[in-house]
This record gives sequence, C-alpha cells and structure tokens, in this order.
Amino acid sequence: MSDKKLMKGNEAMAEAAIMAGCRHYFGYPITPQTEVAAYMSKRLPKIDGGVFLQAESEVAAINMVIGVASTGKRVMTSSSSPGISLKSEGISYLAGCDLPALVVNVQRGGPGLGGIQPSQSDYFQATRGGGHGDFHMIVLAPNSVNEMVNLTVKGFDLADKYRMTTMILADGTLGQMMEPVSFDSIPKSETVEKPWALTGTKEERKPNIVNSLALNPEHLENWNLERYERYAKVEENEVMYESYRMEDAEYCIVAFGVASRVSQNAIDAAREKGIKVGMIRPITVWPFPKKVLFEAADTVKEFICVELNMGQMIEDVELAIKCKKPVHSCTRTGGMIPSPEFILDKICEVAKNGGSN
Amino acid sequence: MDCKDLKRVTIFAGHYGSGKTNIAINYALKIKDSGEEVDIADLDIVNPYFRTKDAETLLAEKGIRLVSSVMANTNVDTPALPAEAYSVVHDKSKHAVIDVGGDDRGALALGRYVPYLAEEDNYEMLFVINKYRFLTGSPEETIEVMREIEFAAGVRFTGVVNNSNVGDDTSEEDVLDSLDYAESVASLAGIPLRFTTVRENLYENLKTKINGLMPIKICVRQSF
Repeated sequence: MSDKKLMKGNEAMAEAAIMAGCRHYFGYPITPQTEVAAYMSKRLPKIDGGVFLQAESEVAAINMVIGVASTGKRVMTSSSSPGISLKSEGISYLAGCDLPALVVNVQRGGPGLGGIQPSQSDYFQATRGGGHGDFHMIVLAPNSVNEMVNLTVKGFDLADKYRMTTMILADGTLGQMMEPVSFDSIPKSETVEKPWALTGTKEERKPNIVNSLALNPEHLENWNLERYERYAKVEENEVMYESYRMEDAEYCIVAFGVASRVSQNAIDAAREKGIKVGMIRPITVWPFPKKVLFEAADTVKEFICVELNMGQMIEDVELAIKCKKPVHSCTRTGGMIPSPEFILDKICEVAKNGGSN
Repeated sequence: MDCKDLKRVTIFAGHYGSGKTNIAINYALKIKDSGEEVDIADLDIVNPYFRTKDAETLLAEKGIRLVSSVMANTNVDTPALPAEAYSVVHDKSKHAVIDVGGDDRGALALGRYVPYLAEEDNYEMLFVINKYRFLTGSPEETIEVMREIEFAAGVRFTGVVNNSNVGDDTSEEDVLDSLDYAESVASLAGIPLRFTTVRENLYENLKTKINGLMPIKICVRQSF
C-alpha cells in the first residue's frame, strides 16, 4: 500500500501549509496558481478554525494577511506575477511591521499582463525585497512537488523565527505538474513564542502595537539597522543549495527551480560527451549561496546561468564570484522553457571555447 | 473492447488531475484502431497546461480530428469554446470522445451540449477516479466530487473508470489496492465500474488479475 499521493505542486503547497498549522488563507484567482486557492476553499472550511476567503482583489487579500499575521497566527496568500505586483505594497508593510507570513508566487511570463506559461522573470522583484523601502524577504525556490511541500513548512518556520515574510518562488510548471508526494517524511514544524502578537492584554500586560509608521528619522534608521542585523543572521544561517556532479566539474551551471530540472538532463548528456559539467542549485535565492559559488570559482573554468528570463540571477552569480571567472547566460523567456538540447548546445559551445582564460 | 457496442459519444469527466485527458486520447485511439471514425473534443476551460492539444501531432497522424479552444496553449486564458465543438454532438456519423475539464468548474462547459446529447440518447458519461489523489481518497469524498460535477454539467454519470495511480511510482500493488475503492465508488453511485486503466508497463502482469483492464500510453506530460 502506497503512502504516496499524486498531487499538483499548487495543491501540495496548500496541503503542506495546513500541515504546518496555517488556518488562514486569503487569495484571488489567477492562472497558473488558482489551484492553491481552490484547494484551500475545499479543505479549510472542514478544519477546526480554518478560514478561507476569496478577497475582492489581491490588494485586499494581502491586507487581510497583515491582519492575521498581527495576531501571531500562521497565514498565507498566493498569486502569480501580476498579482504579486499588486500585493507588493502589502508585502512592504509586512516587512515594516516585522510580521511573519508566507507568500507564494507561481510565476508566469511578463511584464504587464504577460502570458500564462511558466517563467522566472520575477527574480529581481522577489530577491530585492518586492516592494518599497529597505527590506528583504526570505525567498525559497523549490524544483519538485516534494520540495514544494518541505519548503512550505520550512518557510513558515523561517518566517516566524525571523519575523519576516517568506516567499515560495515557484513557476507555472511546478504549480501545474503532478508528482507523487509523501507527507510522512515532512519535517515537524517548529513553534516560536510571539510575545509581540496582538492577542489582547487581558489587563495583564501593556498593549502591543503593530505598525510600520515611523516619522522620526532617527527611530526609522535604528529600526532598519535592527532589521538588517536580523537579515545578516539569515544570510549566515539559512543559506540552502544543492550541488550536482560538482566533484570534478570544470564548468558550473547555476540554475534554480524548473530551470535546474532541465539543466540536470543537459548535464547528464554533456557528461556522456566527456564534458565535466556540474550544477550549483540555489534553494534559497535570498539569502543567495554566495560562499559556495565564490569557492567554486577557484576550481571551475566558467559558469553558465540558466534561467527562464532575460538574465536576472546572473547578476547575483557575478557578484558572488566577484567576477573571478566568466559567466554565460542561457535563457528563454516569455513563457518558453529551454529544452535539455538547448542547454546542452550552450554547454558544448562554452566548453569548446573553454579554458581560454 | 468491441467498438461496435459502444455508445456514439463517450464523455470523460472527474476530479482535476484524475487522468481524464490521457484516457480520452487513448480511448479515441482505440476506437480509431477498431476501424471506426472518431473525433475528440477538448472542453477543458480550467487547466492551462498539459492538455489534449499537446497530443495534436499524434492525433493528426492517426486521422483523429481534435476540436479544442483556439486559445488552448496560446498563452491566452480566455475560457471560450469554439463553435466547432457543436459538430461532435451534431455529426452523428462518427464517434466522439469528449474530454471535460476538472471538477464542477470544468464540467460547467459541458452543460450547453447536454440537451443535444440527451435528445440523441446515445452517450456514455464516465467518471474518472484516482484513489491516490487528495480530496478523492475515500469513496465518500469521491462521491461528493461526482455529485458536484453532475450538478454543474446537468447530466448524470453512467459509469466509473478506475485510474488510480501515483504517476511514475505506481506499482502493481497500488493498482490492486485500488480495486475495492473503485467498486465502492461504483456501488455508492449505483453505476457500473466500466474499466480500470494502467500504464503500459504494468499491463502484462495485471491483465489476468483485473477484468477489463485498459493499457494507457502517456501522451500528455512534462518531459523533465
């Protein structure tokens, strides 16, 4: 008897959120993430304390998230690229209020209304904060349905631990694809005390205040400095990545999410041709795995950054390795997915000219 | 499967992700292989990815006409169906396989064709189930989904198709373990279990153990 379920990525994230103790979901439909909301609409009303609400807009949904997060409860919203732009004001307010929450972005091609096919073109938006002001989100980039489950649970834990918003940066392929999932092996969620939460004083303590307004510039500067001390701890402690066939690699692909799945096929094919290529896959794209890339730059000849956008993460790779080695870009955009052959061609081209430095 | 006894129209509906599209394509191929003419209509207005249209080339090679939204796979999520879709209910000289979108939301699109199907009264509407999907894990939950679809479509199911699987990880035991579940669903619904489907690689070992087993070639999926 199999303990596995066959699930879409979107459904799996929703179920994982429920398992992590999330009982509040606010959202608005948009392709290709609608199954997250659809699943929550079926499941949450059947669970004790469960609240599903389809808001009148993305802006309303994220403000409802702020409300629940203020009370210290685990809360989630999800959308796809244009909807995340609408939520970005609220995401900034979450950061300004130091509130933990989980936001899922199942990316589609942009800019503007764009298309409905998969994309990774919200990388800049996600890793540079995702709204106005000095702030960061923790950004997790799964590459399988199982990992979407694990990172959803982990995302809630990290959000609570650092009082930050965690974003799951997925894409249309991962949201829509079906894979077997086991919920037996998911890590147990950690609970964190939240003395700051608005739970009612019961006349036993002073009122807590959750607010992002700070008209005194000295106060606001200190607040930002404190926040960035927390961000430094996140960068120190929470970096996640996966290495693939890097032991003897002369060329290093850097790819996250769906691009890493296709890259893995291309790497296996290139290895059969005798090209020593491997991959470093960032699982956290913020904090970015700078150290492992910096170290890899001492052993590999060149890097290839594979992305479903016009080349965004490549800037972080160049910064991480301090331009010690050339970094090539291998991308498709607008909802197109690179084929393994497309990436293999790039690997062969780089390897042919390789070792020139 | 003797296609002479088939109803003219076969409709596949069910929980989304239950496997309707691959079954509909395989079913149409089987009808065609038996020497009958057949059209296939993709009425899925819900799912933007992994659709019948992905198998367009295969269907065209076999001489099976595919009717689908002109918007399908074009990046435009306009849930509109072409006027051409009426031809599969009106042209009574050929068989038709209809692939309906998932859940009650997808089944809503079937409603406009139901008066014609009812008038002709030569259709079979099959409920595709997968025990290993969330929300259809127990017979009772599955019946709930089934009633929602019937309510949205305005038509009753006439049979059940057991497509219980966990994708590439499916074992023979997984399929065998699903038989009681499928029988329970059929019995609660008061309609027959028409057949069970398995991937081609499991077919040889299971065909003597399961009545009316149908092998399925996966035509629509991601390639990585």
